[in-house]
Amino acid sequence: MSDKPPIITFENITKRFGKMVAVDNVSLSVQEGEFFSLLGPSGCGKTTLLRMLAGFETPTEGRILIDGEDISSVPPNKRPVNMVFQSYAVFPHMSVADNVAYGLKVDRVPAAERNRRVEEALELVQLGGLGGRKPDQLSGGQRQRVALARALVKRPRVLLLDEPLSALDAKLREQMRTELSTLQEKVGITFIMVTHDQDEALALASRCAVMNRGLLQQVASPNDLYEFPNSRFVADFIGTVNLFEGVLAVDEPDHAVIKSPEISTDIFLDHGVTGASGGVVWAAIRPEKIELHKRPEGSTAPSMGDAPPGANAVAGTIRHEAYLGGESIYEVEIGGGRRIKVKRSNLTRWDQEDFALGEAVWLCWHACSPAVLLS
Amino acid sequence: MELSWTKAKAVFAGALGPPLFWLVLFFLVPLGIVWAYSFGHNVGLTEISFTGTFANYARAIEPLYLKIFVKSAWVAGLTTGLCLVVGFPVALAITFASEKAKAWLLLLIMLPFWTNLLIRTYALIAVLRTEGYVNMSLGWLWHGGGLIAALLGLKPIGDFQPLELLHNNFAVILGLVYVHLPFMVLPLYSALDRLDRSLLEASLDLGAGQMRTLFRIVVPLALPGIASGVLITFIPALGAYLTPDLLGGPDSQMIANVIERQFKRANDWPFGAALSFVLMYLTFIAIAIQALMSRRSPEAR
Amino acid sequence: MASARKYPVGPLEYLRRWQMQAWLAAVGLFLYVPLIALMAFSFNDSRRNIVWKGFTLKYYDKAFHDASLIEAFGNSMTIAAVSTVVSLILGAMVALVLWRFRFPGKTVLDGALALPIVVPEICMGVAMLVFFARVMPWPQGLVWPLNLGAIIISHISFSFPFVAVVVRARMASFNREMEEAARDLGAGEWRTIVDVILPHMAPSLVAGALLAFTLSLDDFVITFFTAGPDTVTFPVKVYSMVRFSVTPEVNAASTILIVLTVILTAVALRLQGDPAVTAGHAPAADKS
Repeated sequence: MSDKPPIITFENITKRFGKMVAVDNVSLSVQEGEFFSLLGPSGCGKTTLLRMLAGFETPTEGRILIDGEDISSVPPNKRPVNMVFQSYAVFPHMSVADNVAYGLKVDRVPAAERNRRVEEALELVQLGGLGGRKPDQLSGGQRQRVALARALVKRPRVLLLDEPLSALDAKLREQMRTELSTLQEKVGITFIMVTHDQDEALALASRCAVMNRGLLQQVASPNDLYEFPNSRFVADFIGTVNLFEGVLAVDEPDHAVIKSPEISTDIFLDHGVTGASGGVVWAAIRPEKIELHKRPEGSTAPSMGDAPPGANAVAGTIRHEAYLGGESIYEVEIGGGRRIKVKRSNLTRWDQEDFALGEAVWLCWHACSPAVLLS
Repeated sequence: MELSWTKAKAVFAGALGPPLFWLVLFFLVPLGIVWAYSFGHNVGLTEISFTGTFANYARAIEPLYLKIFVKSAWVAGLTTGLCLVVGFPVALAITFASEKAKAWLLLLIMLPFWTNLLIRTYALIAVLRTEGYVNMSLGWLWHGGGLIAALLGLKPIGDFQPLELLHNNFAVILGLVYVHLPFMVLPLYSALDRLDRSLLEASLDLGAGQMRTLFRIVVPLALPGIASGVLITFIPALGAYLTPDLLGGPDSQMIANVIERQFKRANDWPFGAALSFVLMYLTFIAIAIQALMSRRSPEAR
Repeated sequence: MASARKYPVGPLEYLRRWQMQAWLAAVGLFLYVPLIALMAFSFNDSRRNIVWKGFTLKYYDKAFHDASLIEAFGNSMTIAAVSTVVSLILGAMVALVLWRFRFPGKTVLDGALALPIVVPEICMGVAMLVFFARVMPWPQGLVWPLNLGAIIISHISFSFPFVAVVVRARMASFNREMEEAARDLGAGEWRTIVDVILPHMAPSLVAGALLAFTLSLDDFVITFFTAGPDTVTFPVKVYSMVRFSVTPEVNAASTILIVLTVILTAVALRLQGDPAVTAGHAPAADKS
């Protein structure tokens, strides 16, 4: 990131509703031009954080700065941010154009300029020519575009989006995802989006903050969140993961070994672990990073090359297969009733190595694949 | 997401003040005075002294008046029952009608509801009286029957004796059902309309017949709506004044007629006040029973 | 209907069963035959008005030349109009307070506001009689329409809680995000109310106005207890006429009022598009 001052700063924000702590001492900053996402399960405090930024809630403790200025005492109608609401909140009694013009009318923008800007905004969200329609004549996707245009026409410093895609059906959601990101590139405004959908956050955001139970868990790029999660919560919340609880048997600067009672093989790592103090650790391995090989009677464990023989390889039996078209997800039992998820891309139309239920297999992975989690 | 009133005291006070003032001065105070009167007694022609006596209430439960209370409750109960029996199928039909038919049927039920009560009662008088349409039609049929009898060479059946349909208890109950039917149908409809259709389909799918589905699924789930329909019908029927006054005979007096007489003719305000409050307490008891019933119902919403 | 019978009746299509249709027809006849007969015979050229003797408008002519009837009608309309306006304002105010604010004594206010709706008319009637006889005697011999004051006040007392119920039910379906959106786009409190909250409230105001107007026009008992000899309303006048006999003049006057009611209902329905709203129920579209 640049060393410019951040556009938004949350400083030790805490919000309590009675006894319930919705947001617990969150500090966070967002840079200009970012597509920032607040991600977490419902009730994690992400929406509360967004609403405090918009001015609909006041923080119990802490400060919120926009462009370095404390906006705690600024009412929502005077803040340089605009919001796209979850329900879109398109005024049902006004035409599309009147909806978009509303914020400008309130600001007493002269009619000529207002009309020009409304036209522009409608073009921007591909609703040109629909200004005369009433909201009840629009589809869900079109109503969302109205909400977007209505907020963007005011040229806010930051655009806030509250679960913008949750009310759309799957196909439309996919399409709007692409459009949102092109839109953000086009207008160059900082976007802050709240979502509970990890796919949405990964696909759109340049940076994500993962929250759980009011606490900030991790702030990172989508790639880092997926490959370098800092906790079991993040690893499990983003994507699918196989977790093994164990202890660090070896911890050298250039390699480490985790022994877990849940799995019969050593988990070998090609790097040292920092910060571990001899306690419990977790090895997290993503399903697509595990290879699947046939296991004929009497065969020995395949070696991955970057791990000593006998490490990072375990015998198992296929117990379940979910064919998803582009890929297949296998559940493989490795003894002790433990099942491991393995994802395998269907690279050819006639798969040469078809795995059947009950088939004996080897599972193996590279030494760089497991992520080590300390909490 | 309600706002605490302390957040906007001026707006709160400004908006609440006038209606609250009105409610207190022009409703609660008058009721309070009647309540106070019910514990007083007449001194001279217009003077009333507040003695804190319960004599008026004691008199209100004397057999003469107790009988009228019981009778009023019975008439109101019968009216409510008839409205329920007549109205339930109507509400059911409206609920499962197409959108267009639903709008028209609702309008059909509501139009009499909007029409002036006195006019509707008057219309019934015109139907029921001895020279009314019912007796006229019956007389015509009788006459026709007589002609046929004469043609067949039978004995003449004599002159038509008009039925006494007006100024009796039958007329009062018919009138009350006529007036209160929409009161029953509308809450029933709104309860049935909220009902999840798939519950009925599930019942039919699991092998229950229409009647079984109706009594085991629809009625229990619509119970809060039925209770509120019963209440909304029972309360005005219990306090009905106009219908027994115009359609009833000397023996079909209801409690409201007795109250009216105390205030307008007998000029015994304290006793009238006590009767009024007994009526109000009965009303409150009915409301309390309904509240208890709807709390116990399976659909807590 | 005949063509609709060509496919079998679905299990939940109760309206297409003949038993149901017969029942509905019987109820319809029960509700409408007396009213239609009453209207039809107002045009019958016969005093005894049993047998149809030919069309005439003479009873309308008589009714229109009956000064006391006209005066009563005018009084009723004036009372209903004034009471509707005031009830609408008071009812909307208290509904907004109950919708918007959390405050101590809210349940008590809620209960007190329900009282005028549930208290039997006769009790309210005697309360008003006592109040205007002993506490706040309404001056006699005031010029019209001030002499109607006591009746108007009583009518407002029982009408505005009904308006409050209707408005509040409507506000319950208000999406709070609409209000926040207006604030977010720069509108102040007042502007938000005018631009977003009032438009949402509008249908309930129409329904409330219709309800208040009808309640006032319909009321006999409470008016009967507050009216003086020079403040006769239409129902009180009809009552005194009915006591004597059934006459074609009453039929004519009643017909006028029925037609007026139908027109009013039609106008209100046109204004809000859905008859279900008028009954105080949420429109079907809001449920999905």
